[in-house]
Amino acid sequence: MNTSRVFVFKQLKSLLRVKCSSAAPSNDLRRLTSTPGSCPKVCVVGGGPAGFYTAQHLLKAHPAVQVDIYERLPIPFGLVRFGVAPDHPEVKNVINTFTQTAQHERCSFHGNVNVGKDVSVQELQQAYHAVVLSYGAEGNRSLGVPGENLSGVYSAKDFVGWYNGLPSNKDLKADLRSETAVILGQGNVALDVARILLSPLDILKKTDITQPALEALAASRVRRVLIVGRRGPLQVACTIKELREMVNLPGTKPEMVTAEFQGIAEALKDLPRPRKRLTELMLKAAQGSCEGGGAEKRWGFRFLRSPVEILPAPDVSRAAGIRLGINRLEGSGEGARAVPTGEVEDVECGLIISSIGYQSLPIDPAVPFDPRKAIIPNRMGRVQEAAGLYCSGWVKRGPTGVIATTMNDSFDTARSLIQDMETGELDISTAKMGSQAVAPLLLKRGVSPVSFSDWEKIDTEEMKRGKAAGKPREKMLDVAEMLKAAHA
Amino acid sequence: MASCVRLRSVLPSLMSSVAISQSSEVQPCFGHPWMPGSQHYRAFSTHPILCSSSLGNSSAADKVSVHFVNQDGVKITTAVTEGESLLDVVIKKNLDISGFGACEGTLACSTCHLILDENIYEKLDPMVDEEMDMLDLAYGITKTSRLGCQVCVQKWMDGMTVQVPQEIKDMRNAVGSAGSQ
Repeated sequence: MNTSRVFVFKQLKSLLRVKCSSAAPSNDLRRLTSTPGSCPKVCVVGGGPAGFYTAQHLLKAHPAVQVDIYERLPIPFGLVRFGVAPDHPEVKNVINTFTQTAQHERCSFHGNVNVGKDVSVQELQQAYHAVVLSYGAEGNRSLGVPGENLSGVYSAKDFVGWYNGLPSNKDLKADLRSETAVILGQGNVALDVARILLSPLDILKKTDITQPALEALAASRVRRVLIVGRRGPLQVACTIKELREMVNLPGTKPEMVTAEFQGIAEALKDLPRPRKRLTELMLKAAQGSCEGGGAEKRWGFRFLRSPVEILPAPDVSRAAGIRLGINRLEGSGEGARAVPTGEVEDVECGLIISSIGYQSLPIDPAVPFDPRKAIIPNRMGRVQEAAGLYCSGWVKRGPTGVIATTMNDSFDTARSLIQDMETGELDISTAKMGSQAVAPLLLKRGVSPVSFSDWEKIDTEEMKRGKAAGKPREKMLDVAEMLKAAHA
Repeated sequence: MASCVRLRSVLPSLMSSVAISQSSEVQPCFGHPWMPGSQHYRAFSTHPILCSSSLGNSSAADKVSVHFVNQDGVKITTAVTEGESLLDVVIKKNLDISGFGACEGTLACSTCHLILDENIYEKLDPMVDEEMDMLDLAYGITKTSRLGCQVCVQKWMDGMTVQVPQEIKDMRNAVGSAGSQ
């Protein structure tokens, strides 16, 4: 038996077309005999990495399943487009595999459809055998300190969305007039923001960063970025590639407080390799620090500091500084806890970016949601107390991890779904209408979906505009413009 | 005779990103063919390892036999052209390894993580920092782990076995098992 399964390409469809009524028998699919005319139909809510990887695995594992991906924006790819930094184009290569999935004959993309508003999850469950929630995390974790709403304070999610062209962050109006910026949080998103704030314009102008962001950064007076964390050097959440990029960033110099690294060199020998290499690089950067003077732009970590209050400027309602509570560490390693000492220190700054995590929101009353963990309660991707509902990606396990983490997670959910089809846990014996039931509802409600080939028109136009500007693409920034190009 | 050319990235990774976005159209592409028939053939730009397959007809090129063991423990044996990277092979031969090579060989992920035989691992050139940076993020790394996009197949590797890390096995693997919920 050929152990190498073949992914069905368009070109091979005539050779490998399988009629729904006679599913090709194989060891895995021995239980999948369907009644004539019924193909399993699965709806995926969310067109980002989780949605696409779940669809990809379903299509590969089952010869007849039809997968429809619904996405709120007119355009696909989610955080790959709106989260990955503009100077990390290679990370966006996954778009190629997603494109192949979308172009699969048993897959279709429906953009500009807001599930929960334009169509309910209950209506989707009537139209499809299974619904997979893969809609990610569109909210923020709030700081919960006074002054959080002052002008000059942004969540990293919104700041990143702004420079990446997310339509809902179009009007952010980043205030980059202050010399010092404080970023709260020490994960990779925090480092991305620091790097974009301090990168030479020559580098940024050749990326797909938006034009308004480029102009704002060109006029920016930010020269010093502090990346602040509650705990110590051994607890930073960022990874070495991103740290290396900061250390090597042209025109900048690290500025750290050597006292904050006491005892760290001694702890190195007991660390596992990834943490050890990361810490060694950090120490090297800290030791090479110069206090004041030198390079025009500086960046550095500050440890054992938690935000207590954002301080307003005396005459206007914008931020002028931040009061940081000083912590001490209890315990060690990944489980160490930050305990307030009661002491505080004030840092003068007019730009504060809170990078403490994204957060999922509930989408529809029909979908269980755990407000404490901010995820959909599930076991291995099967939504608890809700037959026929599954979830994958950040909304399933929380908003951490890279694309590959979401990929594995999505494959796991797809496997649960396939297994449920095999065991009969998921009933696929009755024919379902799929998108044919949803389309008339959308039409009645005045929603015009954007197909994948409509997206390709937007894509082509963006690349064309980008070429004129020496960039890979010039992103469209608002939904109306996208819809116009899509339906041209 | 094919030779495996290795280029250590001399530029900081950020400058590498500049090269990528500058020259996305004009790039020599060594040994990174995308899937046949795909409309999304991408020319790849800077990556520390460039594996050059022998130029000219592939039937004359030396074929090396490599065994891949996938995430389900299934063994797939294939003949590889000397000089290709292990990522190239998986893509070209469309081997059944799920989610392999997400970043397409640009050292921006760890999905081409493979576990090599010890005697093979020891004979390879040491990893550049950029490879180790990404490998450190991979699940289930071992003392003989490498990223497949950075390993060029050579004649002396004939008959080697490379293994995809086994995923965490859970109750779900037994179809219909009582513990599956």
